[in-house]
Amino acid sequence: MTLLERYAEVAGRDVVEHLRQLAGLLKGARVVHVNATATGGGVAEILAPLIPLSRELGLDARWEVLDGTPEFFACTKLMHNAIQGKRAAPDEQALRAYEEVNAGNAARLTGVLNDAEFVFVHDPQPAALIRHFSKRSGHWIWRCHIDASHPDSRVWRYLQTHVAGYDASVFSLPAFVRALPHRSYVIPPAIDPLGDKNRDLPDEQVRSICERNGLDMNRPRIVQISRFDWFKDPLGVIAAYRIAKPFLPELQLLLAGGGASDDPEGVEVLRAVREEAGDDPDIHVADLPPGDNVTVNALQRGADIVVQKSLREGFGLTVAEGFWKGRPVIGGDTGGIRLQVVDHHTGFLVASAEGAALRIRYLLHDDARRQRMGEKAREFARRSFLLTRQLREYLTLMVALQRGAEERIGAD
Amino acid sequence: MFVVRDCAVIAIATARQANTVSELLDGIAASPPESLYYHFWTGLLQMRFGEREYNNDFAGWVAHQLHERRLAERLAVIDPTGFPDLEVLRGTLMDTIQSEIDVDARLLWLRATTPFDFIRSQIVTFDSGRRARTPEELAALLPELSVESLFYHFIDARRREPLGGDDFSLWLNNFDHAVRPLIDALAAIDYYFGSLEELRTTLARTFSRHLPGLESL
Repeated sequence: MTLLERYAEVAGRDVVEHLRQLAGLLKGARVVHVNATATGGGVAEILAPLIPLSRELGLDARWEVLDGTPEFFACTKLMHNAIQGKRAAPDEQALRAYEEVNAGNAARLTGVLNDAEFVFVHDPQPAALIRHFSKRSGHWIWRCHIDASHPDSRVWRYLQTHVAGYDASVFSLPAFVRALPHRSYVIPPAIDPLGDKNRDLPDEQVRSICERNGLDMNRPRIVQISRFDWFKDPLGVIAAYRIAKPFLPELQLLLAGGGASDDPEGVEVLRAVREEAGDDPDIHVADLPPGDNVTVNALQRGADIVVQKSLREGFGLTVAEGFWKGRPVIGGDTGGIRLQVVDHHTGFLVASAEGAALRIRYLLHDDARRQRMGEKAREFARRSFLLTRQLREYLTLMVALQRGAEERIGAD
Repeated sequence: MFVVRDCAVIAIATARQANTVSELLDGIAASPPESLYYHFWTGLLQMRFGEREYNNDFAGWVAHQLHERRLAERLAVIDPTGFPDLEVLRGTLMDTIQSEIDVDARLLWLRATTPFDFIRSQIVTFDSGRRARTPEELAALLPELSVESLFYHFIDARRREPLGGDDFSLWLNNFDHAVRPLIDALAAIDYYFGSLEELRTTLARTFSRHLPGLESL
């Protein structure tokens, strides 16, 4: 079975047919995606399936990864945090390392990038590549995956000197967009329905992974899977569980996440979560190793309700993942979660631990209703949050860039 | 020959937001026409839940973020198909908001919990490769058409065509009087309150009912 056939099975034949027709307008186009890492992180997770899918659609797509140095990655980590609002800026030496790595990679990739008709540069790390392609003939697109709505102004001013030169930019939500002297498209992120984090799993495997993480599959289960980060409000989830517990004595909570090993704040949050959980035998805390996607998948499938009670959130990929597994999601009333969770349809938005507890009770009170909402959530994910939708929008963007700036483009 | 086209719509940010009614008014005044198009029409391409209460993004935002039912109702009733062009539609939107402010200055003090983001769109259209030579052949194609095709031919056409009709009806006009009842039935379909999947079923049923010889769907 071809890759497209496999996607047609999960996303729908009509969706794949639409992709074929759009891709037909770009047949053979040379498309290069450039990012900073080959594994780990949401960008690599999406590019890994996007490239073969694009190739099968007839595009000459390839993926290039930056060669970086520890100084470079230290600088880009600072930049990343600063764009997301942290008041911090790399010093001149760090910026020199950033520019040198970009210059070195530009030299290494000269042929490939000069030859490309479309170059997608993902996030700030490779943004400065464009400086070295003054005679480029292809369309260069800067794809910003992070919330740039309230950046540190020093860092944004610096980054803007690079990204202003692109032909277009792409942001995940309208609220994340910064004013730039070119068209800024809005394309939400997506999940890969065939990847380890989202593909179907045998019931037995789901059961065994859940049990290994302490869950009793005969009792109600709520799960939040997120990095250990204050903004994900894990202590609020424990508070919600405790409010609901007297009404649902069988209730169990699993908080699972990664990122604690290489993030000092993550270590602190994980410690606080464990302390708050205390010796409650029905609260389980799992610090997952990076890339343990099958476990994430199984824990979401094993849950009755997926929770993402964030206090601040860009686009909630875990919300889309929960939907895809047919689970209603109780989400914090913030950021992109507001666009995903629709009260009484795909889950509930909540603004407090009390609100989350109420919705946990409500959803666990009526199995049939919970199941109906889960089915609706899955269909919503199929239509709105799968890789196929994101690829369709990338293809549309490429056709639009190729054919002009008009509002209506007849592409025949 | 009816040439079935398909389309793909993509959103472009304008970096303009509104947090209050005055900012909404300013944004409507300053936005390009394709932004009005986006906020009135392209919501139909997105998945909906339950009944659609408010027919455009402006009305929905006023209802859900400002909680101003009266202004929301007045904005919701504006039918974009009834306007010869988007500038006239823009004028009506602005007049409606301004007239509410004139009678209720309290509106100026309200602040939304979530801002309104002005978006504009680009629409790429292309030949789907499907063709129909007769109304019966078109009827047979309908159940297989993508929702984007239906959007393009049945909804977007009202803005494209000078006479404001849908593409199916305009094409059916080339046939004899026997298809007149079908054209009238198509004109009576109110697509604003259902999903495009429901519209596909409704269209297929309508064609089937009015074309003798087609099996009942």
